[in-house]
Amino acid sequence: MSPKKPFFWVLVAVIAVFLVPVLTNNVSLRESLLLAAIYIILTSNLNLMIGFTGYVNFGNIVFFGLGGYIGLYLVTAGGLPLVAAAALAGAAVGAIALVLGLGILRLRGAYFALATIGIVEAIQAFVANFEPWGGATGLYLSFQAYQALGGPREALWTVYLLLVAVMGLSLFLCYAVKNSRFGLALFAIREDEDTAAVLGVRTPLYKATAYSLSGILPAMAGALFFFKQGVIQPEQAFDLTLSTEAIVMLMLGGQGTVTGAALGAFLYEQFRGILLTSTVFSSFQLVIAGALLLVTVLFMPGGLMGWLHRRWPRLRKVLE
Amino acid sequence: MIKPHRWIIAGVMAAVWLVVPVSPVAAADVLTIGFTNSETGALNVDSIGQLNGFKLWRDQVNANGGVHAGSKSYQVNLVTYDDQSKPDRVQQLYGRLILQDNADFLFSPYSSGLTATAAIISEQYGKIMITTGASEDKTYQLGNKYLYEMYTPASAYLTGALDALKTVNPKARIAMAYADDAFAKAVATATRVYAKAIGMDLVFDEAYAPNTTDFGPLINKIISAKADALIGGGHYADGATLARQVYDHKAPLDFVSLLVAPDSPKFATLGEAATNVTAPSQWAPQATFKPDFGPDPKAFGDAYRTAYGSEPSYHAAGGYAAGLILQHAIEQAGTLDQDQVAAKLDQTNIEIFYGHVQFFTDPGRHGLQAGHSMVIVQWQKKGGQLVKEVIWPKAGATAPLAYPLR
Amino acid sequence: MIVSRSQHNTNNKLVFRPDGEDHPSESEHEPERRFMLGLFASMLDGVLVGAVYGLAASGLTLIWGVMDVINLTHGAMVTMGMFGVYLLFTETGLNPYAALVPVAALGFVAGVVVYWTAVHRVVGRPPLMSLLTTFAVNLMVIGTGTILWSTSPYNVDVNLPGFSLGDYTFTGNHLLAALAALIIAGGLSLFLGRTRLGKAIRAVAGNRMAAELMGIPSSQVLARAFGIGIALAALAGALIATLFPFTVLSGGSYELKSFVVTVLGGLGNPTGALAGGILLGLMEGGLTPFITVSWIPVIEFALFVAVLIAFPHGLFARRPRR
Repeated sequence: MSPKKPFFWVLVAVIAVFLVPVLTNNVSLRESLLLAAIYIILTSNLNLMIGFTGYVNFGNIVFFGLGGYIGLYLVTAGGLPLVAAAALAGAAVGAIALVLGLGILRLRGAYFALATIGIVEAIQAFVANFEPWGGATGLYLSFQAYQALGGPREALWTVYLLLVAVMGLSLFLCYAVKNSRFGLALFAIREDEDTAAVLGVRTPLYKATAYSLSGILPAMAGALFFFKQGVIQPEQAFDLTLSTEAIVMLMLGGQGTVTGAALGAFLYEQFRGILLTSTVFSSFQLVIAGALLLVTVLFMPGGLMGWLHRRWPRLRKVLE
Repeated sequence: MIKPHRWIIAGVMAAVWLVVPVSPVAAADVLTIGFTNSETGALNVDSIGQLNGFKLWRDQVNANGGVHAGSKSYQVNLVTYDDQSKPDRVQQLYGRLILQDNADFLFSPYSSGLTATAAIISEQYGKIMITTGASEDKTYQLGNKYLYEMYTPASAYLTGALDALKTVNPKARIAMAYADDAFAKAVATATRVYAKAIGMDLVFDEAYAPNTTDFGPLINKIISAKADALIGGGHYADGATLARQVYDHKAPLDFVSLLVAPDSPKFATLGEAATNVTAPSQWAPQATFKPDFGPDPKAFGDAYRTAYGSEPSYHAAGGYAAGLILQHAIEQAGTLDQDQVAAKLDQTNIEIFYGHVQFFTDPGRHGLQAGHSMVIVQWQKKGGQLVKEVIWPKAGATAPLAYPLR
Repeated sequence: MIVSRSQHNTNNKLVFRPDGEDHPSESEHEPERRFMLGLFASMLDGVLVGAVYGLAASGLTLIWGVMDVINLTHGAMVTMGMFGVYLLFTETGLNPYAALVPVAALGFVAGVVVYWTAVHRVVGRPPLMSLLTTFAVNLMVIGTGTILWSTSPYNVDVNLPGFSLGDYTFTGNHLLAALAALIIAGGLSLFLGRTRLGKAIRAVAGNRMAAELMGIPSSQVLARAFGIGIALAALAGALIATLFPFTVLSGGSYELKSFVVTVLGGLGNPTGALAGGILLGLMEGGLTPFITVSWIPVIEFALFVAVLIAFPHGLFARRPRR
């Protein structure tokens, strides 16, 4: 990718926004953008499956949660530094996803969606019983763990910057896949899997690769995020609601587009943050999210980006 | 032709404007204490008492001229949000309390699990947090500097029940069924060791998911184990359900002691299913402590009844006591400086209406409660009414243990 | 972690303990007899509750079979059934079992409304669309419910006398709930087989185009089938509310149970759902004495995924599908 490509500038602009709290030393802005970064990571990687390959994965959160558990376990029990633990978590989850994918991707359409829900529940229930990972009470980080990164204050900034890097990688991955032969094969699977297979696309391998790829960066994000939280528990790590919310964000922004996924996640986080402190409004959040999703799917299936692209076709070249 | 770069710059600026929050204006001479409580969710019954305790303390302090630190007097301002009994919300909200609401000090949420997650945030930002309604020991063993625990640690919760049971039936076959959460698990671990030490027979020992609503399978297993006594539970929602279903299934038990749930005045609404059920309690209104600071137990009980129209639970007493201990330390320090107040909290060694309060200060268990001790209460039928009596320790008992259960 | 019966001497998580010391009067075979009775009680309890799960799943699977839509409002509608019976019972004093009738009627109406607003336009489109529209409705219903009732637990306070086998007691609530589930499932089967609308529903399920050519107004039929599916979910919710305490979010976990039952009984097969529910109940009850209770969901969901991969048409599938 070179500076001549518009996407390069989009990426630079997005990262610039996320560096604002660093320059202004604004901690509460950092906290808000940290969540936005997590949402963008989840949504962009989900896009590889839903937007590009056409497979509805309700279990995207499994990657995030497993990554968090593996990462935190490596830090607490293995004494690994954070970056190494996050990288290993990404690699491990990518490998697990490849094996799992070869199994469940034999299913199509709604059957696949159901199976992914089953996987979230099975893994959550398993981890809740798995004593090395603390069972239902989860894993706790010692307060001293932050000393390795120069005390909690410094550690939180480091984690934030690492997460922004993972977010940048996620956006780049989306872009790179979209503009590759591999991406073309995925689109063919999305449009008509049987025809794609007849035309020589090795569908099982390609699907499993996409599934595995979509797991690596969320797993790294999980390791970083739960290190920051200092605790990981099964119900938070494998939260089916967050998984489905990521689908909502993707649909709002526009599935199949790189910037749409990011935009949907960013707007959704801002909207959520406003409603966080009120009980009544946090329930309205569900009602409003539901209404938005319903209207989007029924009347604007391309999401925000799809609408923008239709309104200004030239944007297609700029905001992929 | 559209120039993409200009659009992008405009977009960036708009986004920055969107996300930069407006900072609130801080008023002078106000002491802000932040915490979350569980207005909704599985812990709401337990959490209400604690919130009432905080509020009663605030009202009484403010009516008496506020907290005096050096030459200044501070009016207490409580800032609170609903955590919906969920850990992920707790962390976000404690971050907000510190960063946006500029809380000077923190109280803990209700329950060990939520407090453990809040403690990470309070330690990350170096804020003092007085914890109440949170007794699991592990949180205090992770190397904290600013946590102070009002409750007697979890390890002591069911040991009294075993002692009491031993006096009436030393050969009792005991079933332990407990919620798979931080608090109940810590209690169970200590209880298992204690049962062995005093030679009591644990014939069944199993955890259940905290959100369990169908205890049928578990109760059948307890019956199959031919248990005479049931100890365990977790918090209000699961404990009350367990007590009710034990009754509905007519389980042949002589003794039932459950954590937390039976202490709540609401437990009496279970009627027959509540009769003669016992619970460990941090405090009972019949207590006779002679306070060095703050109201005596009777004055607290009367004020609470006037304010809320019900008996104070131990959660309520713990909430009020948390405020009192913080107030005492601030007034001793004469400043709101975190480290100076923490130094005074480390030195705390006083008796209040709630009992003796003192904290461990060695690094391995900083902030653990060292002074307080527990009692056991039992719902007994007196003239058709359910009354909560203190039955253990014998020295402070208001009635003898009613045994067997039915 | 998993405790089997044979390990009982070395592990404290006992199923039973054959000890003669404390109870010297017992015969040698007493522990075995007691164990068998405990196992039987556990399985019977499982079957009673499983029948209700089966009823819930029959609603889900009916909608799936007729219009190829996985109805993600299912859990929300189970919740609505719970609160329906709770409100009728506490506000009007109506007997919870009599309240089943208005709950079913309201469920049907709600189902028809949901069909025309969220489902009609996406029938026959890619599965993502109907998954998302029904999920959107689910969010709205749960959000509204949370505003009204928060996420705190509720309880329908009704206690019917049951019967006892030795020390094991089966409450009247369980017996009546299972009985009601069987009657309703039987009614559903009769309805689908014997009535005009029932036959029309099966015709549309079999081949919508052909049914349309035969003069069946297929959209109307689909709307009613959706209404019936929701009514079944609400009825199951109402029955569950007489057994266990519940919150606004409880429906979600019963929805997951319904998925498991549906896959065991065969997607799109309403009578298979009842069999699937009872099978699941038997399995849960049969496993309970041997393992720690919290491992059961692990086995359940692992089995769910395995069955889905190995037999995507269900264990009792009659017709092959894609």
